[in-house]
Amino acid sequence: MVADARQRAYEAVATVTDPEIPVLTIADLGVLRDVTVNDGQVEVTITPTYTGCPAMNVIALEIDMALVRAGFTGAKIRTVLSPAWTTDWLTASGREKLLAYGIAPPDRAGGRRALFGEARAACPLCGSGDTELLAEFGSTACKSLYRCRSCREPFDAFKCH
Amino acid sequence: MSVTTTSIAVDETPLVLHLLRRADDALILGHRLSEWTGNAPTLEEDLALANIALDLIGQSRALFDYAGSLCGLDEDQLAYRRDARQYRNLLITEQLNGDFACTIARQFLYSAFIDPYWREAMSSSDATIAAIAAKAEKETAYHLRHASEWLIRLGDGTGESHRRAQAGLEELWPFTGEFFEVDAPDQSLIDAGTIPDPAELHDGWSSRINTILARATLTRPKDSWMQTGGRTGRHSEHLGHILAELQYLQRSHPGAKW
Repeated sequence: MVADARQRAYEAVATVTDPEIPVLTIADLGVLRDVTVNDGQVEVTITPTYTGCPAMNVIALEIDMALVRAGFTGAKIRTVLSPAWTTDWLTASGREKLLAYGIAPPDRAGGRRALFGEARAACPLCGSGDTELLAEFGSTACKSLYRCRSCREPFDAFKCH
Repeated sequence: MSVTTTSIAVDETPLVLHLLRRADDALILGHRLSEWTGNAPTLEEDLALANIALDLIGQSRALFDYAGSLCGLDEDQLAYRRDARQYRNLLITEQLNGDFACTIARQFLYSAFIDPYWREAMSSSDATIAAIAAKAEKETAYHLRHASEWLIRLGDGTGESHRRAQAGLEELWPFTGEFFEVDAPDQSLIDAGTIPDPAELHDGWSSRINTILARATLTRPKDSWMQTGGRTGRHSEHLGHILAELQYLQRSHPGAKW
């Protein structure tokens, strides 16, 4: 019974999507860390991708609403900073969804330490590796802006972090 | 008629004081950078400076939140209800943006200090500081790369961009001494392994500066008189103007929420 409640709560929370990248759920992103249920009291633990990510307030609100719809009221939502989120927490299916959505998924760790490292992102539209970085900072805190030299299309790439 | 105030008093233990110093640095610099929104030279830089501002304000919130938990206040009270003399930020963070080259010079000088600071603070004996540092360090590494690349482009660009970048460096250099100041409260935290010793970061900072300036064909300004005072609440005239804008709503309607 307890395990069942936890499962229902988890499934409700796991459907919440990132308001800025609506194809990704917070479970895909690795933002959802834990869901516990004690005596009907749900506690959800989340972690921000970036400290100033403005999506976190909306995500917390949507978690609460998803739980209410699933019959859980008065949920507690806890934000933790440690361990620090990294792009490696993005799930394999999350990476596929990003690519299908037109955003290049991040490289697996490594390289970002190099001050002038040549980070490369393959074009999510035509698949070409011949791309160039246009701007380190893109439309949200977690993305940068690239252009494909083959198909000439600009595209967003998830920052390696 | 009685005189009322919307200001709050803060019990500044050494740890609270240090957290406020770092939080105020991030908040005030974030606020300054946000002034570029809609005004930056290109759309990409508009986004970049707004993103960096957002990171810094996010860092300040985490620091205010922790400081507040130690002194019985919340992040909004700490940001909105302290007077200029209670602000503990580095003077460099409150200086006017100037032109784009001057803003980039400030970002470079500050990021080259704060990025290794957070990296060291990841091994703090205080678990919350270590957690905040691990988040902040990933972000400041990006900020440092952004500022370094721009400084090289400006310094090694046209005669005019070179002149402006050099002028920005000369203007801001006297504010860099404050990065490395240590007073008695900070020393007690250094001794306890709670925060890094900035003196140990000086050589790394200096060599980073030299490497990037050489690539930018810019000249390192001479060390002379260094400004001081931000850490004890003695600020330049600019901070009051920032706070007037930043705090207006909470001063007019204390505790307002929406």
